[in-house]
Amino acid sequence: MFSLSSRKRKAAAETSPWQGPLVALRDIHVRFGRQPVLREINLEVPRGQTLAIIGESGCGKTVLLKTMIGLVRPNRGQVLYKGQNLTRMSEAELAALRTRFGFVFQQAALFDSMTVAQNVSFPLRQHGYKTPEEIQQIVLARLAEVGLPETVLHRKPAELSGGMRKRVGLARALVMNPEIILYDEPTTGLDPIMSDVINELILRTRQRNPVTSVVVTHDMHTARKVADRVIMLYPLSRLRPDEPQMIFDGTPQQLDACTDSRVRQFIRGEAGELLMELREQASGAF
Amino acid sequence: MSGSITQAPAPRGLAAALANRIADFGELLISWAVVVGDISLFTLRTMRWMFTRLPRRETLMPNFYQIGVLSLPVVALTGTFIGMVLAVQSYQQFRNLRLETRLGAVINMSLVRELGPVLAATMLAGRVGSAMAAELGTMRVTEQIDALSAMGANPIHYLVVPRFLGCLALIPGLTIMADFMGVVGGAFYSIVVLNIDSHHYWVNSQRFVGSFDLFSGVFKSLAFGAAIALVSCHRGFNCDPGAEGVGRAATEAFVASFVLILVIDLQLGILLDALYYTLWPEGPSFV
Repeated sequence: MFSLSSRKRKAAAETSPWQGPLVALRDIHVRFGRQPVLREINLEVPRGQTLAIIGESGCGKTVLLKTMIGLVRPNRGQVLYKGQNLTRMSEAELAALRTRFGFVFQQAALFDSMTVAQNVSFPLRQHGYKTPEEIQQIVLARLAEVGLPETVLHRKPAELSGGMRKRVGLARALVMNPEIILYDEPTTGLDPIMSDVINELILRTRQRNPVTSVVVTHDMHTARKVADRVIMLYPLSRLRPDEPQMIFDGTPQQLDACTDSRVRQFIRGEAGELLMELREQASGAF
Repeated sequence: MSGSITQAPAPRGLAAALANRIADFGELLISWAVVVGDISLFTLRTMRWMFTRLPRRETLMPNFYQIGVLSLPVVALTGTFIGMVLAVQSYQQFRNLRLETRLGAVINMSLVRELGPVLAATMLAGRVGSAMAAELGTMRVTEQIDALSAMGANPIHYLVVPRFLGCLALIPGLTIMADFMGVVGGAFYSIVVLNIDSHHYWVNSQRFVGSFDLFSGVFKSLAFGAAIALVSCHRGFNCDPGAEGVGRAATEAFVASFVLILVIDLQLGILLDALYYTLWPEGPSFV
C-alpha cells in the first residue's frame, strides 16, 4: 500500500508541475561521530528562489548544502525534492535524481586526470544523452556562457587559474540544464574583481534559465548581490540546547535591519568578544 | 556565552588503571570491528557494481595499463634476482649431500608455489596499491569523489571496479612473469655460474614441479590481487583530510595489503596443500 502510494506520488511528480517547494528539509539532524553539526533544521526553498546560507566557518553551511543533494545522509529528518524523500532512495534512484542538480564545489573539484572538455562533458557522457558532436557544441556553449575561450578545451585543470577553474566548475554544473544549482562558497579565494564576475555569472544564469539557486557563502557582498532570501546558521558548540541553529531567515534588506547581536557581528565582520571566547575555550582544553 | 569548565578529578589507583586499560582495549576492538565491517560492505558494493554494469573501455584501459604494463619490468627484475639468490643460498647444502642436480626442483618449486606469487603481489601492493590509495585519497580530499556522486556517477562503479578488475585480471600474468624470470635467473646461475649439469637440472625440475604447483601459485595470486585493490581503494576512500592524511592512506594501504598477502598466503597454502595430498597422497620427494 505504501509502495503503491509512493510510486503514484513519484509518477505524479514526473508528469504534473510540482506546486510545493522544490526542496524541503524537515527536522534535519546531522552528527559526525559524537560531534553534532546540524540540529532541527527546517527549511523550504521555493522554485526560482536564490537562497544564500551565511554563517561563520564550521557552522554547518556546507554540510547543509551536501545534505540537500544526498551527499550527506542526515541522522534524523527528511530531505524532500518535489515531495520525494531523498533519504529513502536507493543509490540508483539518487543518481538519476542528481541529474537535475548542479553543484559548484568550493575548490571546483575538477577531475585532475581529465581536460577541461572532458570535465565539462562528463555528466553528458555519463548519462549517455548525446552524440560526440552534440556534446562538443554544448560544451563550447557552456564555456562561452562563463566567458572561457575554446583554447582552454584541451588544458588540464592544473594549468588554469583559480577563477578559470571556478568558471569551468560552473560550466560543468550547468551542462545538464539543472533545475537547482548549489554553490559552495563560489567566491572564496578569488580576487574582488573575479568574485564579482562569479556573482554576475550566478545572476545571469538565473536570468537565462529559470533555475533555483542555493549559495553557501561568508562573503556578504555575494549574499546581498545575488540572494532573494538569506538564512544564517550558528555553530552548535556556541548555542544552548534549546536555542535554534538558524538564527536569521529573511531578505537581504531585513538582514541589515536585524537587531540580533550575533547577526550584526557577522554582517559587519567584527571580532567582538570572539577572540576572548576562543582563548577561554583553548585554555579550558588543557 | 562561555562558562567555566569544571572537570571531576580522574579516579586513581590500580582498579582505575585496570579499568582504563580494559576500556582502551574495548575501544580498539570496536574500531577494528568497524573497519572490518566497513571493508566488507565496501567489498559487497564493489561486487554488486561489478556484476550490474561493467565500466566503459576508456575507464578500464588506463587502469589496466597502469596495473599491468607498467608493473611488468619491476616484477620481471625482482623474479630474476630471486631465482639467482635461491640458487646461491641452496647450492652449498645440496652440494654437501651431492644432490646439486636437484637444485632445479627446489628453486622452481619455491618460485612457482610461493615466491613468484608473493613477490609479484608485494611489488603490485608497493607500486600500484599505495598509488591507488594516494590518488583516491587526493580525490576524496579535493571533493572529486563528491563531485562524481553529485553528477549521478557512482564512485565505486567509476573508480573502484576498474582498479579491482585490473588487479584481478592482470596479477596472474604478473605472477607467471615473476615465475618465468625466476626460473630463468635460477637456471642461469645454477648452470652457467655453478656449473651444474643442465640436462639433470631440467629433468629434476620437470619431475618434481607439476601443473598443480603452477596452478596453486596463480590461484593464490588472484586472492592477493583482489585484496590489494579492495584494501587500497578503501584506504583512499576513507582518507583523512590534508597532505598528511593522503600520505598515511598510501602507507597504510601498502602495510595492510602486505599483511593480508601473508595471511592469505598461509591460509591458502594450508588449503591447497591439503587438496594436493588428497589428490596425490604419495606427495613429492626431493631425495
